[in-house]
Amino acid sequence: MGSGDRGVRRWVPWLFLAPNLAIIAVFSLLPVLVNVMYSVTGSDNLWPSERPFVGFENFSTLLECGNYFDPATCSRDLFWRAVGNAIVFVPTQVAVMIGFALVTAIALNRNIRARGFFRGVFFFPVMLSPVVVAMTWLWVLQRDGALNGVLGALGFEQVTWLTDPSRAFRWSVFVTVWAHMGFYTIILLAGLQSIPADIYEAAKMDRASPWRVFTRITLPMLKPVLLVVFILAVIRSVQTFDEIYVLTGGGPGTATKMIVHYIFDTGFAVMPRNYGLAAAASLILGAALFVFTALQMRLSRGGGNA
Amino acid sequence: MPEAATMAAGAWAFVARRRGGIRADWTDWVTYGYLLLGVVVMLAPVLWVVLSSFKSEGNLMEFPPTLWPEAARTVEVRGYPRPLPIYEVRMGNATTTLAQVRRVGIEAKMVDPARPEAGLITVPIEDAKPLREFHLGTENYRRLLASAGGTIWSSIYNTVFITVVATVITLVMNSMAAFALSKYRFRGSGAALMAILATLMVPATIVLVPIYLIVSELRLVNNVWGVILPVISTPTGVFLLRQYMLTIPDELIEAARMDHASEWRIFWKLILPLATPALAVVAIFSIMSRWNDFLLPLVILNKPEVYTLQLALAGYSDENGIQYGMLLAMTTLTALPLALGFIFLQRYITTGIASTGIK
Repeated sequence: MGSGDRGVRRWVPWLFLAPNLAIIAVFSLLPVLVNVMYSVTGSDNLWPSERPFVGFENFSTLLECGNYFDPATCSRDLFWRAVGNAIVFVPTQVAVMIGFALVTAIALNRNIRARGFFRGVFFFPVMLSPVVVAMTWLWVLQRDGALNGVLGALGFEQVTWLTDPSRAFRWSVFVTVWAHMGFYTIILLAGLQSIPADIYEAAKMDRASPWRVFTRITLPMLKPVLLVVFILAVIRSVQTFDEIYVLTGGGPGTATKMIVHYIFDTGFAVMPRNYGLAAAASLILGAALFVFTALQMRLSRGGGNA
Repeated sequence: MPEAATMAAGAWAFVARRRGGIRADWTDWVTYGYLLLGVVVMLAPVLWVVLSSFKSEGNLMEFPPTLWPEAARTVEVRGYPRPLPIYEVRMGNATTTLAQVRRVGIEAKMVDPARPEAGLITVPIEDAKPLREFHLGTENYRRLLASAGGTIWSSIYNTVFITVVATVITLVMNSMAAFALSKYRFRGSGAALMAILATLMVPATIVLVPIYLIVSELRLVNNVWGVILPVISTPTGVFLLRQYMLTIPDELIEAARMDHASEWRIFWKLILPLATPALAVVAIFSIMSRWNDFLLPLVILNKPEVYTLQLALAGYSDENGIQYGMLLAMTTLTALPLALGFIFLQRYITTGIASTGIK
């Protein structure tokens, strides 16, 4: 746009931007700085002026460990248990979720009937709130619940699904996949639909097998979209909190405690509130996410040029 | 039988005849098999909750659970003020249907509904099986909406208020920014856009403590505005609106300026109406996010009077023990508005996500 706004005063666009920039400054930019301030100060006092400077003490408390493979030896063992859970949870959840999302997107991209209905069915849990999702599965999984009812009819015994650590962990993975895979399915489906049909026609002429078509055409063409989906899924998976907080409360024990849950507990739920530790853990989480995203972007760009 | 066979054949023909008239092969069967399995896994749990919410508290406690909500069948019997529950009673080799008047220990006093004047019959309870029928009970909903000093109503009000107010502000504020970033050329516009988009890198989970401090400083803890203000500027919303406004021809604006329209008037009366499709997408996502928000309200709102529906639902089991019936009714009510919206707006929502990758 050029000549038209010549008569307009220079500050007019800034006036339009002002509310947005003000909110961003107060609720995004300032919090990052304040977070740093909290992470280097101590005590359970919320007001910054009354918090003594402690340097890197919060970080060293958080990171101090006798043996990094045994959380019990760490000064903040709950943090390390949460980190340990994330190290298993994130790759599992992301792999299962993208796997199912991809299969579903491919199925929906075929020449099928009632596509709108099927797409809606796979997508609708995305609309449900995390609390509703957790309540729904709590109701299905409870001891006298529907799942045990169905299994009982098949001759199995009643199982308490959420009181056994490894079962609770697997259900946490399943429920979060159930709730979010529709979102990634839709993005992957859009990616599949943007692959030109004549490439598939040509492959058909050459009598390529479906597997070959998938590995040689579909996957390479889908790579950029898959990358975006992968990054988004990892970023969100690391921050998983709501569903599991309601579903298992992080338990039994610490079996399903996630990093954000640790931050929430440390900063708000457990007295005395330790804002410094919570802020330090947040910063470590934020830094990890930033490094991951930057690394992925760089790697993918390198791969694209090769 | 022939009817069933024709139906099966019809269903097969429906599935097998693909668009374009090509016959189905095995890959189609795998596809449909997978999708139908998916329908069960995705839909069944939610339908189960909805069905269960119409069950009576006694019906809910049964194991194995009944598929449909059921209630005891009752019958009006002459001479008795209330309807009596019906039982199927084994007497010797025959079975008859009797209405139970009262139960005493392991015996029940029953009456033949057809001949009440014949008097009471004593039946051992192990010989009597209650007869039940499909019954959609609304008592869970009625009890929920009437209970606990009406806190459910304040939760509904808070949630609706937050959703509506935050969405309206989001739409106005974000389209103002988008207007500035798409229709003016000025020094710093690139930096402003980058600053807005950079906030994507700062999710709420990472700045929880500082946001709590800032909201405290603003005296907005336990105030709905404390969960509205931090989230009303959505970078993806600004981006989406800006991209859309870029497609609106500048000539329209120049013509309006010729007519001495003020810049605000141009924005409000000209650009905003033209950006309706993008505004609709942003509105849908905003409504979805605000209705479902959990972590920020969990930190900011700590008193039952200011709870949102999500907080009330998550905290429900902690008080008054667990009353499954009301919990299920509340789960259904909390999910209902968005579920209904989704049925009508599915196309908008899915294309919105597909084109922006936001939620």
